[in-house]
Amino acid sequence: MTALRFALGVAAILASTVPGFAASPAPPGAASCSGCHSIGASATSPISRLYGRDAGEIMTAMMGFRDGSIPSTVMNRIAKGFSDDELRAIAAWLAAQK
Amino acid sequence: MGIRHRMNRREFLGAGAAAAAGLAFPLPAFAQAAARVVVVGGGFGGASCARALKQIDPKLQVTLVEPNRTFVACPFSNNVIAGLRSIEEQQFGYDKIAASGVTVVAQAATAIDGAARTVGLADGTRLSYDRLVLAPGIDLRFDALQGYDEAAAAKMPHAWKAGEQTVLLHKQLEAMDDGGLVVIAAPANPYRCPPGPYERACLIAHYLKTKKPRSKLLILDAKDTFSKQRLFQNAWKELYPGMIEWISLSQGGKVNAVDAATNTLITDFGNHTAKVANVIPPQRAGRIAGLAGAADNTGWCAIDPVTFESKSAPNIHVIGDACIAGGMPKSAFSANSQAKNCASAVATLLAGGTPGTPKLINTCYSLAAPGYGISVAGVYAPKNGLLADVEGAGGVSPADVPREFRAREAEYADAWFKTITAEVFG
Repeated sequence: MTALRFALGVAAILASTVPGFAASPAPPGAASCSGCHSIGASATSPISRLYGRDAGEIMTAMMGFRDGSIPSTVMNRIAKGFSDDELRAIAAWLAAQK
Repeated sequence: MGIRHRMNRREFLGAGAAAAAGLAFPLPAFAQAAARVVVVGGGFGGASCARALKQIDPKLQVTLVEPNRTFVACPFSNNVIAGLRSIEEQQFGYDKIAASGVTVVAQAATAIDGAARTVGLADGTRLSYDRLVLAPGIDLRFDALQGYDEAAAAKMPHAWKAGEQTVLLHKQLEAMDDGGLVVIAAPANPYRCPPGPYERACLIAHYLKTKKPRSKLLILDAKDTFSKQRLFQNAWKELYPGMIEWISLSQGGKVNAVDAATNTLITDFGNHTAKVANVIPPQRAGRIAGLAGAADNTGWCAIDPVTFESKSAPNIHVIGDACIAGGMPKSAFSANSQAKNCASAVATLLAGGTPGTPKLINTCYSLAAPGYGISVAGVYAPKNGLLADVEGAGGVSPADVPREFRAREAEYADAWFKTITAEVFG
């Protein structure tokens, strides 16, 4: 079920791609992540890089931040602003970035 | 969009450079003229937006108009005031942005013709646009506090635009004898960086405690409440006992006038003469927003929460401190988040599409001392024509946590600054 919904999420993202654009547009919320989470491959930072990370891993972390089972400083406050579907779309998009 | 755009010399040279750099450039014989986006203002909002536009659609002709060759970042500039950081660490250039295919024009935008869709520059040239993004930041209102004009600011610095003013305030603190009174005048909402005056109070107090421990710091405030208030007030008690006094609006804190000759701040309830006076005056959107017809009678710019298009000036989008973004505070993180969403909406509109409903995030760190960070975060979505807080999300750091938690937030604050400046300018 989760896998199916995940696949549907990915399909929805691909479907929303405007032809001629270099990259698929970021789903709602995703563009803000890189304010803190570095997109540069070489950067060293105490804040983890998300581009190219496994979508399931990102999803597990976000769900854990949201319900408080994974301790955090600020991610708990941010994760609470997103639904499962929104988080899935963000995770899939981040995973697809290089 | 259908009308061919005649390139001026600078744009032609810019195009040549882009072609030389191996970037795709549409040939008139095969392609319709690329849509032109002009972005005015090279701060966190404008520079982010110009770069994001080029990234989203490399075919767009993106021009960034910014008169200063060096950007001086406001976040972390309170550390410079407190002698914890050099001003050079706040400075960033536009070379990488130019190398990414954005045409950077080092001129001030002095006029906007919304009907003709042109931006007039200080040197007399005009740039045509299909869509314009304004990210002019703030102008300080030198007409708001009696006696506080630009000349007075040279004596009583605002230090609310980073650069010379930041260094001036630092030097005044250095020159002050131990036992002196430092006064910060904080404005009413809305203004750039809501927690900024209180972080500044903390870091100046840190400097005083270390170097001039008999000194005092007074905050005269035009508000009764402020951002991260409980966290700041706890930190004042914990870190700087007896050193910081806050006088709220209802206690007579609102500064109405200043006398720069005597360094005096005047409220309805009395006068305060400071050894060092930091006057943060009321603000408005940068002047060009008003000239474009995008600012309303509050001095700020009302925008559509999906596209950031001005509610009064069509084809003109406003992002960052200059816009009224509902619940989103005027912060560098907000500006960057808005910039990327605006870029996406502008690219979609130019391609004939309908922009999707966005969700935005803000995270804003303050330091109460080196190694002691606190934050406020929020998630925002369009609601009733504004960007409204998503209920249940966001808020400030917890009040009762071990110092290790504050240390981690300070570390994240530092990492945030490095990451965002690398994304925008690196």
